[in-house]
Amino acid sequence: MITNAFEYYRPKSVAEALKILGEHEGEARVVAGGHSLIPMMKLRMAQISHLVDLQDVSGLKGITVSDRIVIGAMTTQAELLASRELAAAAPLMLEAALQIADPQVRNMGTIGGNVANGDPGNDMPGLMQCLDASFTLVGPDGSRDVKARDFYQAAYFTSRTDDEILVAISFEHPKGGYAYEKQKRKIGDYATAAAAVQITAAGGMVSAASVAMTNLSDVPVWSAASGAALVGTTCGPDAVKAAVEAMLKDINPGEDNRGPVAFKRQVAAVVLGRAIARAWSRV
Amino acid sequence: MKKMHIELTINGKQVETLAEPRELLIHVLRERLGLTGPHIGCETSHCGACTVDLNGKSVKSCTIFAAQANGATITTIEGIAGPDGMHVLQNSFREHHGLQCGFCTPGMITRAWRLLQENPTPTEEDVRFGMAGNLCRCTGYQNIVKAILAAASELNSAKEAAQ
Ligand SMILES: Cc1cc2nc3c(=O)[nH]c(=O)nc-3n(C[C@H](O)[C@H](O)[C@H](O)COP(=O)(O)OP(=O)(O)OC[C@H]3O[C@@H](n4cnc5c(N)ncnc54)[C@H](O)[C@@H]3O)c2cc1C
Ligand code: FES
Ligand code: FES
Repeated sequence: MITNAFEYYRPKSVAEALKILGEHEGEARVVAGGHSLIPMMKLRMAQISHLVDLQDVSGLKGITVSDRIVIGAMTTQAELLASRELAAAAPLMLEAALQIADPQVRNMGTIGGNVANGDPGNDMPGLMQCLDASFTLVGPDGSRDVKARDFYQAAYFTSRTDDEILVAISFEHPKGGYAYEKQKRKIGDYATAAAAVQITAAGGMVSAASVAMTNLSDVPVWSAASGAALVGTTCGPDAVKAAVEAMLKDINPGEDNRGPVAFKRQVAAVVLGRAIARAWSRV
Repeated sequence: MKKMHIELTINGKQVETLAEPRELLIHVLRERLGLTGPHIGCETSHCGACTVDLNGKSVKSCTIFAAQANGATITTIEGIAGPDGMHVLQNSFREHHGLQCGFCTPGMITRAWRLLQENPTPTEEDVRFGMAGNLCRCTGYQNIVKAILAAASELNSAKEAAQ
């Protein structure tokens, strides 16, 4: 499988990368790990004439855990898994990263590529909604932060413009219990349905809950109503049922090779029920 | 499209070649450099037959452009045996019937070689999880897992004996 021909660039700084993007407006694209982009290029679903490789751009890698947790866009899934600091501060990230693809893919695939890609099958976007993360984008006019919950517009369409580079994602230290529950056909597969849940408790009751779903709409779904249904409860069967029903109103899955709509809704209900139970058990 | 000059260190040797940026690393290895050990099974990032070691990490060389690999240090299956013959893993695959048709074997061994450096004392579960990017249509995996676990204990006994 041969892609179309392209000019290749390996800039050393964000400024240099932005300059190349600006010079070839609409025809240039950045490549991070390439494990979503190259398959699309092989299928000729993406035709790019100028490919800007970010691997040597300084300042895009690394994990900083301080007031907030900040992760450089070029940090690979394998590097997320290797970070003890991240495992301690945001175990939800680890639980999810372990369920993404396989070792070889995790060695190349980056968190930035995973969230910027805009594929509803990617796991990190749902997670980012659950954690209320922000994405830092740098463009010709400077830098801006966009909330993950405002970033996704449609499959492969995000509020990032073609001349912007995602440099980092950041979020507050998550509190309480967590779970990422993913149903897939086999190890390494994209989700049939997945749920990210974070729950905090006070006085034995849920004080706040955040629920996000993966691959059940053309964008990741953060279900505010589902989280709200758990607040003030002890996550008993009625509360879980209410949370699941609220979530089912917010998703809109399509039929594909992972199954018909009714099956996806059933799987969504099951994974959310399990995720809530596990998150509650860890509060 | 103009070719670019690509320099790699492969199996300890410096090599140079000209390739179009869009050529996949697996194509450059097999067709320009004559290293036909790494195989093309699916060419769609799923099977792991094309696995090579790139700067100390297992990767699928069908999903990396030659241009991205420029300057890298690579180990392929051809570089795993030592001057004294087969690597412990290679013998272990033979001993434990870790292959049938052998098509997946170069990728399996190249991945297992890195896995045992990342985790020299894996459990069976660690091996299965660590080898999840490599598919085999013949063996049912049981004997591949057995071969890797046996190689791990042999390598560890050799290390202890040396100390
Ligand atoms: C076999 C296989 C299984 C997989 N399974 C899963 C899975 O289970 N779950 C999952 O979530 N993913 C899965 N993936 C996808 C994988 O995780 C990708 O690596 C990831 O989606 C994209 O990251 P990347 O670094 O490879 O990005 P690339 O492929 O390099 O880029 C993807 C897109 O994002 C853009 N982009 C990348 N970085 C930036 C940046 N810093 N700023 C602006 N734009 C940027 C690119 O221009 C491109 O459009 C799988 C992939 C394969 C091959
Ligand atoms: S040939 Fe590369 S993963 Fe199958
Ligand atoms: S031995 Fe035939 S594919 Fe693995």
